[in-house]
Amino acid sequence: MLELLSFGDRGWGDQLLMGAAMTVAVSVSAFLLGLVFGAAGAAAKLGGNLLLAGLAEVYTTVIRGVPELLVIYLLFFGGSGMVMAVARVFGYDGYVEVNAFTIGVVAVGLISGAYSTEVIRGAVQAVPHGQIEAAKACGMGRWLILRRVLVPQTLRFALPGLGNVWQLTLKDTSLISVTALAEIMRMAHVAAGSTREPFLFYATAAVLYLILTSVSTAVFERAERHAMRGVRRA
Amino acid sequence: MKKTVAALAFGAILAIAVSPAAAQDKWSKIRIATEGAYAPWNATAPSGELIGFEVDLARELCRKMNAECQILAQDWDGIIPALQQGKYDVIMAGMSITDERKQVIDFAGPYGSEPTAFATIKGSALAGMTFDLKGVDLATVEPQEQQILDALAKALEGKTVGVQTSTIQANFMERLLPQVRMRTYGTLDEAGIDLVNGRLDAMLGDRSAAQEIVKKEESLTMFGPNFVRGVLGEGVGAGLRQRDQDLKAKLNAAIAEANGDGTIARLSEQWFGYDISVK
Amino acid sequence: MNWQLMWDSLPTLLSGLPLTVQLVALAEVLGLGVAMGTALMRLSTSRIADAVARAYVFVFRGTPLLVQIFLIYYGLGQFPVIRESVLWVFLREPYWCAVLALMLNTGAYTSEIIRGAILSVPHGQMEAARACGMSRFLMFRRIVAPIAVRQALPAYGNEVILMVKASSLASTITLLEITGLARRLIAQTYAVFEIFILAGAIYLALNFLITRLIRFAEWRLTPYLRARA
Repeated sequence: MLELLSFGDRGWGDQLLMGAAMTVAVSVSAFLLGLVFGAAGAAAKLGGNLLLAGLAEVYTTVIRGVPELLVIYLLFFGGSGMVMAVARVFGYDGYVEVNAFTIGVVAVGLISGAYSTEVIRGAVQAVPHGQIEAAKACGMGRWLILRRVLVPQTLRFALPGLGNVWQLTLKDTSLISVTALAEIMRMAHVAAGSTREPFLFYATAAVLYLILTSVSTAVFERAERHAMRGVRRA
Repeated sequence: MKKTVAALAFGAILAIAVSPAAAQDKWSKIRIATEGAYAPWNATAPSGELIGFEVDLARELCRKMNAECQILAQDWDGIIPALQQGKYDVIMAGMSITDERKQVIDFAGPYGSEPTAFATIKGSALAGMTFDLKGVDLATVEPQEQQILDALAKALEGKTVGVQTSTIQANFMERLLPQVRMRTYGTLDEAGIDLVNGRLDAMLGDRSAAQEIVKKEESLTMFGPNFVRGVLGEGVGAGLRQRDQDLKAKLNAAIAEANGDGTIARLSEQWFGYDISVK
Repeated sequence: MNWQLMWDSLPTLLSGLPLTVQLVALAEVLGLGVAMGTALMRLSTSRIADAVARAYVFVFRGTPLLVQIFLIYYGLGQFPVIRESVLWVFLREPYWCAVLALMLNTGAYTSEIIRGAILSVPHGQMEAARACGMSRFLMFRRIVAPIAVRQALPAYGNEVILMVKASSLASTITLLEITGLARRLIAQTYAVFEIFILAGAIYLALNFLITRLIRFAEWRLTPYLRARA
């Protein structure tokens, strides 16, 4: 039975491993894209512009209130159409194909971004106001305050929360298997159906995910320790 | 929604890295979708490669049309919407030509034909049933054929039958055996797993695809007559968008050629062990 | 956008609401029990109990729910031992497989919420309670539980919302809750957008309602934080 997991043309081992690589690629891209959305969302919520704050609120509420599966389906079936509509605005009239990888990254990135927004917003707010006043008193400009005071501390405060968002993002990529992108879950699903050995393949998929989540937990813990190195402990 | 569109503007930037599709008017490049989970029609090999009768046939047809072919996998339950969204140009996935589907897409072909049949667990009461007829033509149901349907309805009372979602077999159950409990699965393989597990009493599928599962599972057997036509449609064809009539003409010509020179019969022998071509 | 189709599909989709609510409610109630047990095991002095609880939380938080559902539904059913056991009465039904998967999943997450909440109870308060001569049980009932519940409520609210969303995965094992019905409708009408947007709106409304309920519960439980009129 274990030969089903072997490498080469007879077994599914290499397919599953390539699936794991794809999962990592999608997760990392989606998480980074989510950070961009998250930073923009947090800026909009804290920026004071009511319209932008409202839009950001709608974004986080809708994405966090609707099943991920629906978000992915909508983008999968509508992604090309929306991109073409945008392209038309810029004067390009042809057909634009958006591949499954891009759709997966954008869909999971949107979801990830909604959670990142809240984490980043909370972290920015956690920076003591007195420090910003002190920086102003020292004559620092807005940009300098952002670079020297706000961003370094926000990153440190946001790190644990972003670690959670990363785990969420990693696990959400399993849902893009419905778009036939060859990540772990898709390969396990195809293999389970074709060999009629569901336990073997879903258990293998579970182990692969556990490895990925454990490794990334360790990485985030290291990063947190690194970020905390200048902080006095009680 | 606005936010989504704005976000997708970002996606558009990403999409620049993505190939703009080939010019649609020439059909020098054709993207063909299959399910990859409906052996022997189409399946996925352990190497990850798509294989099966339709994959080979698609390559032959493209050769005859002098077109470059890209064959990709798509889950069955989204296969028609994704065609309409332009993710590919042709569906070759054991899809029967039916009136319902013709309302939203068009078909070239048919290039093959297989009856629908039940599978069940060996030794069960269903497996022991005997029928006077080997085949039932649902386009013209005669009294003797009606008796068979009535007998089936009675035998399946209180039982659960598994089918693949949005298939002609699901339509069959809804129209002809509405009182029987039906459970729908994403793939026929999943229904097969549940039949072996005992969650289902029977499974209804394309005969060859059901047989492929029965062959691999000792505990299963086929039963009942073969059903054709009527609610089951007019053979398996290549699905395409209604506006692509030029592609339909090209595909029809290629299918006719493949029929004429024995390509379809040869591939059919190779994958099914018998001839499924439409004469 | 075909509004007529959306309007016509609404009753069908809403007919899946009871099943969605049922799945979530059952999973939450049973999951809460699992979570309490797990949290107590994690806080107990027994090394073995702690290790078992740790392993359970690690596995269920470290893998996607989709894998868990497939593993329970298709994976367990593969073994004759299980099919011949009493468990099969439940595992035979997709409904109970979904409840089991959701319950174990939420149990793992919730146990961490509960553990954190119990640890957040200030030590001084417990010492004071002990000094007043309270028994362990009385102390738990009067001091630890009320403080922990208040502490856990916002995070628990988020967990319930996540479960509502997660219940949509029950559609992958043939259950016809909101998402399952939506997929079936799409198979019949091919109107992906109309139906998924409508389904999304139903989930959004349900989650809005739950958020309000949790906020209300928080408000009720924290009278001392309200400004005195």
